[in-house]
Amino acid sequence: MQNNPSIAETARRSDIRNRWLLAAPALTTIILAAIGPLLVVLMFSFMVRGDYGDVKYWQFSTNGWLSVLFERDPIDDSLGLSSANFTIFLRSIKLSLITTVITVLLGFPTAYFVATRPEKSRHIWLLLITIPFWTNLLIRTFGIQDVIRNEGLINNVLLKFGLISQPIQMLFTDGAVLLGLTYVYFPLMVLPIYSSLEKLDFRLVEAGYDLYATRAKVLWNIILPLSKPGIIAGSILVFIPCIGAYVTPRVLGGGKNMMLGNLIEQQFGQARDWPFGAALSITLLVIVTLALLIYVRSAARESGSHGH
Amino acid sequence: MCAVPHAKVALMAISSRGFSVKSQVGFSTIALLCIFALYLPIFTLVVYAFNDTDSMSLWGGFSLRWFKSASHNVAIQDAVLRSFQIAIIAATLATAMGTLAAIATTRTAPYRGLNFKYALINQPLIVPEIVTAVALLIVFARIKVWTGYTGGAYLVAAHTAFCIPFAYLPIRARLEGMDLTLETAAADLYANPWNTFTNITLPLLLPGVIAGYMLAFVVSLDDVVITEFVKSGGQETLPTYMLGQIKKSITPEVNAAATFFLVLSVLAVTAFYFISRKKH
Amino acid sequence: MKRIKSLLAGVALLATTGAAWADGTLSIYNWGNYTSPELIKKFEDTYKIKVTITEYDSNDAALAKVRAGGHGFDIAVPSANFVPIWIKEGLLLESRPDQMENFKNVDERWVNVPWDMGRHYTVPWQWGTTGPVVATSIYKGDINTSKIWLDPPPELVGKIDVVPEMGDVMYAAYRYVGGTWCSDDKETLKKVRDVLKAAKPKWLAMDYGIEKMDTRDYAAAFYYNGAAYRAREKNPDVHFGYAKEGYSMFMDSVAILKDAKNVENAKLFQNFIMAPENAALISNFATYANGIKGSEKFMKAGLGDAPELNIPKEFQAAGGWNETCSPEVNELYSKVWKDLLK
Repeated sequence: MQNNPSIAETARRSDIRNRWLLAAPALTTIILAAIGPLLVVLMFSFMVRGDYGDVKYWQFSTNGWLSVLFERDPIDDSLGLSSANFTIFLRSIKLSLITTVITVLLGFPTAYFVATRPEKSRHIWLLLITIPFWTNLLIRTFGIQDVIRNEGLINNVLLKFGLISQPIQMLFTDGAVLLGLTYVYFPLMVLPIYSSLEKLDFRLVEAGYDLYATRAKVLWNIILPLSKPGIIAGSILVFIPCIGAYVTPRVLGGGKNMMLGNLIEQQFGQARDWPFGAALSITLLVIVTLALLIYVRSAARESGSHGH
Repeated sequence: MCAVPHAKVALMAISSRGFSVKSQVGFSTIALLCIFALYLPIFTLVVYAFNDTDSMSLWGGFSLRWFKSASHNVAIQDAVLRSFQIAIIAATLATAMGTLAAIATTRTAPYRGLNFKYALINQPLIVPEIVTAVALLIVFARIKVWTGYTGGAYLVAAHTAFCIPFAYLPIRARLEGMDLTLETAAADLYANPWNTFTNITLPLLLPGVIAGYMLAFVVSLDDVVITEFVKSGGQETLPTYMLGQIKKSITPEVNAAATFFLVLSVLAVTAFYFISRKKH
Repeated sequence: MKRIKSLLAGVALLATTGAAWADGTLSIYNWGNYTSPELIKKFEDTYKIKVTITEYDSNDAALAKVRAGGHGFDIAVPSANFVPIWIKEGLLLESRPDQMENFKNVDERWVNVPWDMGRHYTVPWQWGTTGPVVATSIYKGDINTSKIWLDPPPELVGKIDVVPEMGDVMYAAYRYVGGTWCSDDKETLKKVRDVLKAAKPKWLAMDYGIEKMDTRDYAAAFYYNGAAYRAREKNPDVHFGYAKEGYSMFMDSVAILKDAKNVENAKLFQNFIMAPENAALISNFATYANGIKGSEKFMKAGLGDAPELNIPKEFQAAGGWNETCSPEVNELYSKVWKDLLK
């Protein structure tokens, strides 16, 4: 090993330079097709709303941002905190959190199951899990409708076996939305967990058993910590897109209550308030990015403390 | 942790002892139930593809009429094909870029710009689709007017961008905590970086790359809002086609088309399975 | 044999895309599932023009896209309430359909329309109404009222689907409380809000499509007449009502875009669809009325004289146009809408 600090420093620098080069294609694509447009959105949020959608270019206004927090009552004109925005925001966060937890609870065992199959058949199991997602989201969601509606598959089976005497109303409930979201985001949890579980060294597990650990203890103290990067990645992939989801809540939840995705879409659509829609999205972006950074940092610190 | 490759040998020794260290109580049951549940809605959509009436939820007898009509519906065929084309290209690009980016951002002491990169790469994930869609509409429309080019590259670029985090995260999860010994050994043996990458790093990474590719593919295949705003004349994909249908009325024709492609993909997967078995 | 032939023809077509259509192309931007393939086929065969259809799902999305430019469309089909905006923003070409050969077929009723007086820009495509749709085997009372969904009878509570369109729902609620559409009167707005807030818990869903009328997940809906016609074809007890308190009408019209590349072909299309036998094809496919005189006799059986497509005399006066309100009023309405769906 080299001990000369200047050589080590040069090596480190060239390593960092290489790392920037490696990341360059991804970063360039994202800057061109995602960050650039985002700047446009930021610009929009500070402009005057156009009469019929769009914005009035180069006319400055902070109305879009004010509407994120405050709202003038349409009827008595009183100015107050916007409770509607707040309610919608909370509902979205709540649904996303629950969905994330359910997908972890179901996705982890599934990923574990696949990762412990013989090497040859693992890819087949993975494909089996992703194939349902090759069919269009809407058709799939209609499929779910058919399974849970009043005269659908589940109710019919339950009725036939005499377990219930009347169909259960499942469609257009919050439960249906959760079911739909869990379905849609399931592979986004399974695949990253699989990706990190697959490299799990089972001799560590064996060592655990040799020390008379129970299965639960082995799972909790050995397997889970080692698969943490996958669970973190999966949670990010499920939680964040879930906040903006709107096809599933509409088709399975009956669309009677908005999610954040609907609210933002509404501003670029019938409400014709692009600056507000833009401000709302940037607020969401900032909150989620901050949460993400905190989450990743604390997760990194924790796994760092487990030591090598 | 310190993993040593070729743990397979050790594993085989373990599992032959009768007590399987791999099994966890109830995990297989949960997994199989989940996979079963994933196929329930698919099952109903296939069943209604054979429905004799134009309902997607009321059975009216067996018929092949929707397959017949889907086989005459050029619009729906074009849309499905275009969806798959875009998904394959975008997922390939996104996975390649995501793999490199994952290598660039893992297994290193924190350096300046690392968190920045991380946030940047995940950015497409965080912005609601409709916002990216509207912004891309404005930007791409200008470019379309300037250059006069209105082809499919815009859709591919947009899809690649939002697919990158989906490819990147599983690969990153795989890389994290993977040990460097083999690569260092290769470097010590004067293997050039490219050989080290293709012969050692990539095979170790492969499960992550496959997982990332599958996610990117599925995500691209399902995108509707961004595509709706970016598409030019004649660039309908299946999701945007479906979006157009939903306000009027949907017939089992889409089920028939979906079933057809489902069968096709299952056949492809089976073929893939047997080919890969032969190799071993 | 026939199958193989058509397959071969299809392959040949794919191989020679462009070449086979030496006489040009036409790019149409229309609502989803709204363009009759039969009509397009006939137009392509008549003029040797290759037509491309691209679809949208809302007026706002279509407007945003066309306004941004670089879209490559020749023709769009905006709704009546949006046509004045398209004209004002300079997006439409004054193609003078009123001077075209087939213009004589346009029903007088649809010539001097408020959004395009004398038809200098647009040609009627289809028009329709919004109203209550009821499974009359479940509810036997009067269906010609917005009460069906704004103050539903017990039989229908919890079995109603309401179209998730702010404009249509708010319009009907305005007329229901006796208000004028697009007014900014706070008293009326309050009444509208209260009516909607009281009614919403009695709805099952706010979703597109009333296919669930056949499975009886829905027993009633607030929806479009064309869809109601299709629902009745499957279930004879499903009927469409005309709300006596007032209901909105819509008409989608074919217009040529200012930056169209194939203006002459687009004009051919405008003229083409004003011929009764061609207009009938439009209606046969999407089951709405089209505004062209004499097209009924070319329609499929039962469509031309369907009660859903012909407003009874006594309810004609209650119909009104769902105009686009001023930005200020739209903001008020959007807030009420958001409050309703929060």
